[in-house]
Amino acid sequence: MAFSSSNITYRATITKPSSSPYPRSNPSQSSLTFTKASTFSPKSFSVSCVMTQQSTNSSAAPAEPAVLRPDSLGRFGKFGGKYVPETLMYALSELESAFHALATDHEFQKELDGILKDYVGRESPLYFAERLTEHYKRPNGEGPEIYLKREDLNHTGAHKINNAVAQALLAKKLGKERIIAETGAGQHGVATATVCARFGLKCIIYMGAQDMERQALNVFRMKLLGAEVRAVHSGTATLKDATSEAIRDWVTNVETTHYILGSVAGPHPYPMMVREFHAVIGKETRKQALEKWGGKPDVLVACVGGGSNAMGLFHEFVDDKDVRLIGVEAAGFGLDSGKHAATLTKGEVGVLHGAMSYLLQDDDGQIIEPHSISAGLDYPGVGPEHSFLKDLGRAEYYSITDAEALEAFKRLSRLEGIIPALETSHALAYLEKLCPTLPNGTKVVLNCSGRGDKDVHTAIKHLQV
Amino acid sequence: MNMSIASKSSSATTFLHLQHNPQHSLFRPLRSPTFLPVSLKSSSFKPPMATLAVASSTLGLSDTFSKLKQDGKVAFIPYITAGDPDLSTTAEALKVLDTCGSDIIELGVPYSDPLADGPVIQAAATRALAKGANLDAILNMLKEVIPQLSCPVALFTYYNPILKRGVEKFMITVKEVGVHGLVVPDVPLEETELLRQEASKHNIELVLLTTPTTPRERMKAIVEATEGFLYLVSSIGVTGARASVSGKVQSLLQEIKAESSKPVAVGFGISKPEHVKQVAGWGADGVIVGSAVVKILGEAKSPEEGLQELAEFTKSLKAALI
Repeated sequence: MAFSSSNITYRATITKPSSSPYPRSNPSQSSLTFTKASTFSPKSFSVSCVMTQQSTNSSAAPAEPAVLRPDSLGRFGKFGGKYVPETLMYALSELESAFHALATDHEFQKELDGILKDYVGRESPLYFAERLTEHYKRPNGEGPEIYLKREDLNHTGAHKINNAVAQALLAKKLGKERIIAETGAGQHGVATATVCARFGLKCIIYMGAQDMERQALNVFRMKLLGAEVRAVHSGTATLKDATSEAIRDWVTNVETTHYILGSVAGPHPYPMMVREFHAVIGKETRKQALEKWGGKPDVLVACVGGGSNAMGLFHEFVDDKDVRLIGVEAAGFGLDSGKHAATLTKGEVGVLHGAMSYLLQDDDGQIIEPHSISAGLDYPGVGPEHSFLKDLGRAEYYSITDAEALEAFKRLSRLEGIIPALETSHALAYLEKLCPTLPNGTKVVLNCSGRGDKDVHTAIKHLQV
Repeated sequence: MNMSIASKSSSATTFLHLQHNPQHSLFRPLRSPTFLPVSLKSSSFKPPMATLAVASSTLGLSDTFSKLKQDGKVAFIPYITAGDPDLSTTAEALKVLDTCGSDIIELGVPYSDPLADGPVIQAAATRALAKGANLDAILNMLKEVIPQLSCPVALFTYYNPILKRGVEKFMITVKEVGVHGLVVPDVPLEETELLRQEASKHNIELVLLTTPTTPRERMKAIVEATEGFLYLVSSIGVTGARASVSGKVQSLLQEIKAESSKPVAVGFGISKPEHVKQVAGWGADGVIVGSAVVKILGEAKSPEEGLQELAEFTKSLKAALI
């Protein structure tokens, strides 16, 4: 099955941080452990919440908070929800029902599996990066082993297609012939334009005017694929404004149009749905790790803009308390420069694009213009589940500057013959800080979320090669 | 209704103690009914400025509709964006709208990412923010202007600026400056719990929206929860002038009227006297005109010209309701 809509109750129990063999970001902070309590069918979802509470109340055991990801209102703790104009509420509930129905629809699953295999090219390899591993070996020859989950080898060159293909199929089931999407780096736009061509759907992509300049190659690709690319000039003319404009289009054309949101952001059910469509990344990783070394990864690393590639990798392992989850944000010119996109590191809780999450805002609650050399990370918000995992202490989040990302971009090209996307380069750059702290033989899986051909144009301006 | 106003006098007194602006201390207690001791209400005492006297009869949103209904009238509700082109023009525009017969004024707080707004109001918000408009400055302006108005003011603001300030603190502050109602277009029914609780605690009427895509059962729940009036979005889409008003509004109004006696005001896309007349004819209790009004102020060569055109336009819309 390509995805499931299982809603699982997690009981969080507090454990001593010393139980972890790996250094954590904040050793004084207690970590939370998840154990799978029970699974529910989608239809009994809201009822299950009540049942859980009753059993907690009636048992003599100390109360343990049951955490649903998300709950019936689409909340991850206090994050998430549906903060949208009333016009969209019906479409969101229709979408949620369709998603749950299709999760158990074998025909749909079969079709999706087939397309993921033969069209997208799954499964993607889990590649042992031998020379990169060598690079991080200490003088005594010890160091972690680094594996790359090769999402860059997917059709269209990034993980984004996993979600786009599934949502396009879903749109067809909903009888919607017109597709809209927002894009930052252009990867999600290209993925969406691709699947629309494949399924014969009308496609309109909203893209910030500034991003169109940075990602001219992807703009051409989208047009070549038959999509209409609409330049967004409002606000900062980047991903945030493209997203706002896509939402406005959806508010206006909701009856005929499906919005293929490209990240684990936005109103419920998108954060859950997009996560499930990318969960294949983590599922394959578990299977491949078992085949390659007979165990699990010890540390997962992924870049975080909205956070879809990271959620896709993490989700499978959230319950595995011994697996460290590390998200890497864009620090732009530096965290103290005011020019960055490090939402989880520097942001405050608020509401943007339909969800409550951390976001970059000023004292008046206005959204601040983010900055990153990577258009895909240049977003002032972040998926609500990441905010939840951060506050829970289950995942760690760090940030990497433009300059560090560019170095990593070059390093992977030189050491492995793989040109990574600038987004992915942020995750790769964090290895410089992470690897020296890891015990010998630690298995690190880094999500190589996209390929860097699209970024060559940007890199030329900054790199001496 | 006067009772509810009078009952607020204790908190209003506290508020008065916080005022440290000697320039206004002479007449401030007389400018707003919330500051008036009950005994003064019917007195013949004249405030220092004659134009300020009208404020003593300002009603809330719901009471405004009740009064209009008694008189067989339909409420005219214009919308403008605060700070476009600047806050002093907004202050004048509020007075112009008031004297030209507005029954309630909806004042938009400019926001960086206004999801429910079309190009006209988006552009107005962008201009206002570029000119430095912020919530504090808007509230300071309202503190001076609201007492000079005879009609109530409802703020139209997105949720994040409220959250940033803190929901309770926001309600306290807007109440203090004399705001009567609140519209938050990106908070649908499910997410309103905290807002409703705090709004009701501070006597702010929280107006909820229903739309042509809202299923009937859901609409019933929204009508039940809304305060002041029910905001019926006339068409599927964002704010902005449209050539005509969808005929579906008539049947939506009938559906709503079958469920509740609460007043219903229709907005989004209404831009001409003909639209206003049509919607009133279909049984709406109020008509909201936004982008068309905002456009006048935004496109005027000077604030003075804008205000003059605003006065003429407002009168033409109001005339359609008489």
